[in-house]
Amino acid sequence: MNHGDVRALWLTGALALVTTALLLLVGTPLAWWLARSRHRIRPGVEALVALPLVLPPTVLGFYLLVLLGPAGAIGSIWEAMGGPRLVFSFPGLVIGSMLYSLPFVVQPLQTAFGAVPERLLDAATLLRAGRWDRFRTVVLPLSRRGVLTATVLGFAHTVGEFGVVLMIGGNIPGRTQVLSIALYNHVERLEYAAAHTLAAGLLAFSFVVLLAVYAFNRRFEVARL
Amino acid sequence: MSEIAVSLRAQVGSFALDAAFAVPMAGVTGLFGASGSGKTTLLRCLAGLGRCDGVVRIGGAVWQDDERGIRVLPAERGVGWVSQDSDLFPHMDVAGNLDYAIRRRPASAPRHDRSAVVGQAGIGALMQRAPLSLSGGERQRVAIARALLAGPSLLLLDEPLSAVDEPARRGLLDFVAEAAAGFEVPVIYVSHSLTEVARISDHLVWMEGGSARRAGSLADVVAGADFSRWLGDDAGAVVDAVVRAHDESWATTVLDSAWGQFTIGRIEAAPGDRVRLRVLARDVSIGRAPQGDTSIVNEFHVCVAACDPLGAGDLLVRMTPRGGGTAVLLARVMRQSAARLGIGPGADAYARVKAAALVHRR
Repeated sequence: MNHGDVRALWLTGALALVTTALLLLVGTPLAWWLARSRHRIRPGVEALVALPLVLPPTVLGFYLLVLLGPAGAIGSIWEAMGGPRLVFSFPGLVIGSMLYSLPFVVQPLQTAFGAVPERLLDAATLLRAGRWDRFRTVVLPLSRRGVLTATVLGFAHTVGEFGVVLMIGGNIPGRTQVLSIALYNHVERLEYAAAHTLAAGLLAFSFVVLLAVYAFNRRFEVARL
Repeated sequence: MSEIAVSLRAQVGSFALDAAFAVPMAGVTGLFGASGSGKTTLLRCLAGLGRCDGVVRIGGAVWQDDERGIRVLPAERGVGWVSQDSDLFPHMDVAGNLDYAIRRRPASAPRHDRSAVVGQAGIGALMQRAPLSLSGGERQRVAIARALLAGPSLLLLDEPLSAVDEPARRGLLDFVAEAAAGFEVPVIYVSHSLTEVARISDHLVWMEGGSARRAGSLADVVAGADFSRWLGDDAGAVVDAVVRAHDESWATTVLDSAWGQFTIGRIEAAPGDRVRLRVLARDVSIGRAPQGDTSIVNEFHVCVAACDPLGAGDLLVRMTPRGGGTAVLLARVMRQSAARLGIGPGADAYARVKAAALVHRR
């Protein structure tokens, strides 16, 4: 791997880490609400969350570029308030990645939260556990498989993104050039050996991560019986 | 007097609950009725889990009074809650479940000794076990112990025996009764089984179609005319008695009751033990004079208090002891016989009890 590839590797790792951490923070209350609410706007919110699953990443990236750019509806206000430039920067990459990977974090959490029996929540409440206490001591431990799945899928999916980052981040080595884009550059320049290194690395990484999740969940199943 | 006073209205789908009753805040109150009569809905409202309007007063505490804008949060009511499927936390062992309750118990709540509760529940050997590895009966024992350790002001049990094997039921019922008495926790016990309720309850609330039809002492409600009509063939009275002695030569046990001496087949109990008998109305006959020439041992001098029609041709005759008292016996007789004997309210008569079933001993 050349120097640029190593920088791309670090950047990708940092982006996936930050994105996953923020998504868990934002996605947990959202998933809890989706799992428990019977509000009539819930289907709409669910559809919005699932949108990145079916939308071409370039569509998402294009609208983000338009909205977050210095002249965009959000970007102009943000910069007027003294915020740093969002497009073609790390913060922009994080925002794009969060939207792109949102369903991969929210859906496993929502499924796990929804599977926690209502009667256990009632039992905890009547033992005088407050909402947060109840969530921490009953819901999270019973949802650990969902949390693990959400974390791994969120991380791996962010590592593998291309279209969104290209649109909103561009291709700036060391600043916004992530692995998948570095790989694309190698192919464009016909550097197939370097391209193979990155492609095979990403392939192996994805497989090992999924293998770990399935193996861990299986072990859990056995232990629960 | 300290009492549990409830007046609640709720709408769950097409089912309407509109129930009002008051019972003493002591001992076990059975909340009895057929499936779908609103028992569980009412219990959830008492715990604060269900949507309902009205008033809930528990002794001196007002948990809900919508006119005064009072509604205590479920987590602050301090109820002990045990439902039909165990609500034990599956990711903690038995000890962890008990600790969960103890750690959240406020300083103001009754602090029952952990080892005393564990000993009474008989779950000392289960501490490191996972809830999923326990039998239905063991799970419910742990669940009740956990509820007690939370220091509840009221223990709510919702059909706690429904997932318990038949042989384990009796022991579990005894545990509930002993715990209620020993730890002085008032209990509301929901069940659709009259056998269970008759065994364990001091007071009874009879639910039908979403309303509380009758509430009062077990003996009064069970012997009520409406309740008897509803039960039909199983109508009968409950008689509380104390074991006086055994007569080994005849293999009988003699009891003292409000009716005088009551002789039944030999039971396993020590003199002084309190027992409860259920005497079905169809097992009681009536005469105007004492009768020596009969196989029936238990004959009591009674005063007829009321006669209510039961079915087309029968009367349900309510009797109290001739010497006074509030005890009640029921007899089911043909209208024709009652007319022939001249039995009506105020009449002097003799009740002959053919059979009595032991429902409880403590």
